[in-house]
Amino acid sequence: MSTRAVESWTLQPLTDFVKEASVRLVLVLTPAGQVLAQSGFSRAVDVMSAAALAAAIVATTSELAKQLRQPPFAALNHQGRRHGIFLATFATERGTLAVLAAYDLDVSSIGLVQLFYEQLAADLKAASPKGAVPKQVLAADFERELTDSLNTLFGR
Amino acid sequence: MSAALELVTRVRGVRGAMLVSADDGLVVAEQLMEGIKGGAVAALAASLAGRLRRAMEAGGVGASVFWHLQAEKGALLVVPGTTAGGILVVAVAEPDVNIGLVRLELLRAAEMVA
Repeated sequence: MSTRAVESWTLQPLTDFVKEASVRLVLVLTPAGQVLAQSGFSRAVDVMSAAALAAAIVATTSELAKQLRQPPFAALNHQGRRHGIFLATFATERGTLAVLAAYDLDVSSIGLVQLFYEQLAADLKAASPKGAVPKQVLAADFERELTDSLNTLFGR
Repeated sequence: MSAALELVTRVRGVRGAMLVSADDGLVVAEQLMEGIKGGAVAALAASLAGRLRRAMEAGGVGASVFWHLQAEKGALLVVPGTTAGGILVVAVAEPDVNIGLVRLELLRAAEMVA
């Protein structure tokens, strides 16, 4: 399974998570939808769709929590008959990050994903560049940034 | 559920007992001594139970009724429940625990939660 990162400090924690939790697909992204690393995806268009949808879910649930005067939801799990989807956010020095993971119920479980997600979040927090100010992606640069990221993620 | 767990935890040498959802690997109920990571034991025991079940099916020996993993500093004992969806009754014990007695209480606890 291919694991690639735009920001190299995310690679080892993500590789460990994929191996330990036996997840099929993973994205590490910002709440704005900027992808930092991916595992298991074979097409750029799938990464773009998944990142956009994950960012939308994070935005929606954050707003819902605000409406309920609650802190943001820690994690969301959606389970179907054969697959599960896990989405959670956590704070790092790099800013808030989100992890989206899809897993097969035959080989993994929400318990395993949650367990190793906690390790992933701790590893990413420890590895994130200290004192780094998250780079703002301007509308004018958006397409170039996106193309560069996808090229890195798919080794082009 | 706590009554079922008490059957197991009252055995001398048992450090904790849990009911675990076999499909999800989540804790349903637990009575654990300090220092035992319930969530981690639940997730990993359920994962192991799933793989063992498949191995036993492949080997044509039927479903497992009890398993015991002996480690240097303790033991993990599990009875997969009989209910649909599956509840595992898990015990974490000292290395020199009376295995036969724990097995008996795990089976009784599984019957109780079924």
